Amino acid sequence: MKIVIMGCGRVGGMLAGMLDESGHQVTVIDIDSWSFRWLPRSFGGKALVGDGTDVETLRMAGIEEADVFVSTTQGDNRNVMAAQAAKHIFNVHKVVCRIYDPLREELYRSMGLETMSPTKLGANALMNIILGKGG
Amino acid sequence: MYIIVVGGGKVGYFLSLALLSEGHEILIIEKEADKCKVIAEELGSVVMRGDGCEVRTLEDAGANRADLMVAVTHRDEVNLVACQVAKHRFGVKRTIARISNPKNEALFKMLGIDVTVSSTNLILEHIEEKLPTHSMSHLLTLEDGDLEIVEVNVKPDSAVVGKRVSDIVLPVNSLICLIINSARGAQVPTGSSVIEAGDHIIAVAQPEQEMELRTALTG
Repeated sequence: MKIVIMGCGRVGGMLAGMLDESGHQVTVIDIDSWSFRWLPRSFGGKALVGDGTDVETLRMAGIEEADVFVSTTQGDNRNVMAAQAAKHIFNVHKVVCRIYDPLREELYRSMGLETMSPTKLGANALMNIILGKGG
Repeated sequence: MYIIVVGGGKVGYFLSLALLSEGHEILIIEKEADKCKVIAEELGSVVMRGDGCEVRTLEDAGANRADLMVAVTHRDEVNLVACQVAKHRFGVKRTIARISNPKNEALFKMLGIDVTVSSTNLILEHIEEKLPTHSMSHLLTLEDGDLEIVEVNVKPDSAVVGKRVSDIVLPVNSLICLIINSARGAQVPTGSSVIEAGDHIIAVAQPEQEMELRTALTG
């Protein structure tokens, strides 16, 4: 699959590496080239410096041919905006959006975005560990 | 009307000032404590500290009874999300977002923001309207002959639209040498050629008559 990832932090970088490793065609976008240090040395995909909330940058990243778009920057609002552009302007088949704020995550999920809240997942995982239900 | 303004920067401040003087109920939501303090001192208790994209903040702001949300921070994505949360979570009927990147206009409209205001586009439109140089550009200067070749784009409201070339009073020593029409292509005009809106006119003039020529063709 062709996959575009916006935001190359710990999560974005690791995810890009994993997808690349398993044979997918990955392009990572980040506003700061210093972030590409999070990519594994073996990374064979593309790394593009640019603002993923800008439709031109998304085009340059090959969003028009992409099967999957994932937004994993630190900013919920940036993630939401880029994900909606990917979904509604570029009709990307699968769009996944990271939203830290559980309330906003709920709202955008109800509006049809596929979302993931690390806050909720993290709190639940910790809760399970504390209560001994396995993590 | 009850209007929530997200962003207490210069735009938010002066917008609120104007809306308050028109008798509207205003609440400014601003993240930075310093800005909140200044606004409270100048405008009274019309400011709340918080993130206008947060559901809880908007709940505290009473967004469910707001008639209008205006998001005017300097970040397009913040303005988008604030408007979307207001609309979809709190049923605010009308949302207005400020946009910095003109390319975002289409996306915002597609996502249901009622009005977008792009300061970049506004300034551009003014430049195109107010600066006549924009409708007339130099193509070439013929140094020996002290002549210039210029291009003029004929706007729909220009006085020459519908006129025959022979009826247009041009400055001395200037000449319309070519009319480029999108349908007919480039044509060397005769006296009876008629100028249409959208035509590009290529003309020759002396540099000192540029103003006069401009007035004749664009006025």
